Amino acid sequence: MAALLETHDLCLRFGGVNALSDVSLSIEENSLHAIIGPNGAGKTSLFNCLTGYYKPTSGTVSFQGKDITRMSAAGVASLGIRRTFQNIRVFPKMTVLENVLAGAHLRASSNLLSIIVGTPGFRRSERQLHEYAVTSLEFVGLGEQATKFAGDLAYGMRKRMELARALIADPKLVLLDEPAAGVSSVEREELSRVIRRMHDNGVSVALIEHDVELVMGLATDVTVLDNGRIIASGPPYDVRNNPDVIRAYMGRSRK
Amino acid sequence: MSRNLVADKGRRGVLSTKLPQRGAILVLVVLAALVPHMTSDAYYLSVAYQAEVLICLAIGLNIVVGYCGLLDLGFAAFFAIGAYTTGLLSVDRHWTILATIPPGVVLAVICAVIIGLPTLRLRSDYLAVVTLGFGLIIQSIANNLTLTGNATGIYGIPELTIGSMVIVSATSFYYVFLVVLVVFVFISFRVRNSRIGRAWLCIREDEDAAQAMGIKIHRYKLYAYMGGAVMGSVTGALYAPALTAISPPSFGFNESLLILMAVAIGGMGSVWGAILGGAVVAILPEAFRQFSQARLLIFGAILIIIMMTRPRGLFPEGAFRGTAKRLRERFNDRSPPRPLRPSPEAAVLDAPSEGP
Amino acid sequence: MQLFLSELANGLFVGAFFALVAVGYSMVYGILRLINFAHGDFFMVAAFVSYTILGAVAVGHAHLVWFTVIWVGLLVMFLTGLLAVLANRLIYHPMRRAALLSLMIAALGLSQVLENGVLNIPSWGSAFLTYPVTSPASGFTLGPTHFTWFQLIIVVVSGLLSLGVYLLVSRTLLGKAMRAVSEDRVAAALMGINVDLVIAVVFFIGGALAGAAAVMTGVYYGQINYLMGWTVGLEAFTAAVLGGIGNIGGAVLGGVVLGIAQSVGTGWFGAEWALVVTFVVLVLLLWLRPTGILGERVARRM
Repeated sequence: MAALLETHDLCLRFGGVNALSDVSLSIEENSLHAIIGPNGAGKTSLFNCLTGYYKPTSGTVSFQGKDITRMSAAGVASLGIRRTFQNIRVFPKMTVLENVLAGAHLRASSNLLSIIVGTPGFRRSERQLHEYAVTSLEFVGLGEQATKFAGDLAYGMRKRMELARALIADPKLVLLDEPAAGVSSVEREELSRVIRRMHDNGVSVALIEHDVELVMGLATDVTVLDNGRIIASGPPYDVRNNPDVIRAYMGRSRK
Repeated sequence: MSRNLVADKGRRGVLSTKLPQRGAILVLVVLAALVPHMTSDAYYLSVAYQAEVLICLAIGLNIVVGYCGLLDLGFAAFFAIGAYTTGLLSVDRHWTILATIPPGVVLAVICAVIIGLPTLRLRSDYLAVVTLGFGLIIQSIANNLTLTGNATGIYGIPELTIGSMVIVSATSFYYVFLVVLVVFVFISFRVRNSRIGRAWLCIREDEDAAQAMGIKIHRYKLYAYMGGAVMGSVTGALYAPALTAISPPSFGFNESLLILMAVAIGGMGSVWGAILGGAVVAILPEAFRQFSQARLLIFGAILIIIMMTRPRGLFPEGAFRGTAKRLRERFNDRSPPRPLRPSPEAAVLDAPSEGP
Repeated sequence: MQLFLSELANGLFVGAFFALVAVGYSMVYGILRLINFAHGDFFMVAAFVSYTILGAVAVGHAHLVWFTVIWVGLLVMFLTGLLAVLANRLIYHPMRRAALLSLMIAALGLSQVLENGVLNIPSWGSAFLTYPVTSPASGFTLGPTHFTWFQLIIVVVSGLLSLGVYLLVSRTLLGKAMRAVSEDRVAAALMGINVDLVIAVVFFIGGALAGAAAVMTGVYYGQINYLMGWTVGLEAFTAAVLGGIGNIGGAVLGGVVLGIAQSVGTGWFGAEWALVVTFVVLVLLLWLRPTGILGERVARRM
């Protein structure tokens, strides 16, 4: 399988802190790649580098062979990479439907004249977008919430809405930052099912997660970060039994 | 997976791309058209069309501040550019008023790009101060150049002719600005319900998340600022012949502040809010005429109180949501639509979830 | 050359005022991300209050005038600090959860209230009022230019106050708390920092500095007017941005640079272009070096 997103010796430094050191990983096409590690390991910083929010101090990021290290966040998104955020960032004063429509920004008609005049072409394009939005919402089970303001939704629903918003763009790769954090076990199962369904539909997924059980059940590949470095990488079972990984999670032994 | 939402509501519901609130617009236009018939007093008519001018400006500023969330404290500059371009070209060069509108708009947009390009890259707060400065600079230029008539300004601006009609009286300007107002409202709604409007709202709500959607935030911020420039300058261009004489004091920070008040008080991000706010702010000074000195003091206090109690204005977007539906139900005497049949997964998902 | 040097020197003194007001502006912005448009008006109110107090107190007693100015100055600093704290408590604090846009508009409203409030108080009004105390012309000569003692005092006082604030922020525990709140309010609160108190202190310091600047301005220029706060506020904010917002040293540097730019600029173009000079400087700066001369100190959370 071809590598979809690769990093090579990625380093990220903030003042005196080495958030990432020599991170070289490869997310394969059609994989479900989990990135795990203790808190502060640099997982979200990694995502931020991958999606153009942070510019790494050194190293490269490439997508489908193309160097995207210095690309802007909007540029990365236009390549078909979508992400969710750790502290879910919805657009609170927009309706759920509009939030999802926003995700389809790049697929929408942008000709000012046809917008103002309201040409049949524009109307058709908008109608189609609305249909996609509804489909995405129903995929995550939020069909009824379309007209509510996103800010009024419950936590779990907002997480699902973020997913719908990412999906409507028909992305090649979705990066999920702790999708199951803070939700009930029932929600977690359903989210897990949605993610698997996404994956089955041909979307490559990379996800940051703390819930090791969730990860082991879902992932095709796992990479473990600790203190900004990769300490293990490979199929879930191998990683799980890796002594370095266990030590990282359990803490350093007193020597 | 069922398509209940689409099937139940039909094309007209969720998927409707028709202009929202068309009925309300129609009612408004009809009512507004009747106003000149209610009074023949030139004073009231002039207040009426001045109110319309302020509303037009507020709708323009609503795009910048309301939709895109950019605090613009110098909107009167675009108003001035439109008015002065019209004044200069029509008086010195004898252009017809209508012909002077495009150059004014072009100039305003160029200025918007010059000011906006460096500033919009940065945090939006800086834009506030830069726009403030821009407003002052334009006013200073108008005040200090002999070309623009220094402190006396430009007078003797010819009348507006549209085809064979000559627009001179307050009543006819009332109708002219009413048309402009309706066009602005129409454009606002159309653009709001397109990818451009949605992009603006996303930028306003959360710039970082907006970028994750592929929205080029700097470009769209500039578009919003340019959109405001267009509306401001068009309004200014038509204001010049209405007053026949323009001078710098009408285009200063106080004016920018009044327009901002109209948007902030009326409701940010809402065209209706801009209309209501504009009407209120235009009419209030007349009502408070006797307290002329303390007027601004009272306005300032009102502004503070409203910002504290209703930070998004009296009628922000969404304030009227559901009103049309409720009215329709009331009149058709129908029970509200039954809840959609949920999909099996949804039943599981909507079980109470705990979470932060 | 003689003219240029004196313009330069004049710019330095004007800059000292900007610097003091700019530091306050910068600190409030640094901690709240709020452009407090009313800050310049705190300065203006301080000028008027000091005008009234000095007018009542410094009658005759020529040889006691300086002593009076000092204690009135300190009093006014305290009162202006209090005014700033009050503005925060009554307006900004209750609005802390609202969008920044709404906060800034409320600040604009407060600015209008203060300006027009002063305008409507009978003994004040819209005219230019003569300050009861004027600076003596006595001074010394350094090279080709002549400086007055008071000008030296301005620079020294401004310098000391700014230094004091800088030391407060960088060396004391309170200062550390301020920096923490400025970076991450929630985390600071979780660390046990009384965020509201810290914010109040920042407002107090900003107000006090503005009060000091106001008294010195009154003495130096001899005149006050209800609109003086507005222009100074604008210039002070420009200075703060110029030097790097959130950065105290930057605010001071920015104030001085702007003062000089203005002084030289109005020398060339004329006084009515003063504000235009300010804004052209600002726009150019934002184009070329958006983080200011010394760099910003505001955190950005992803």
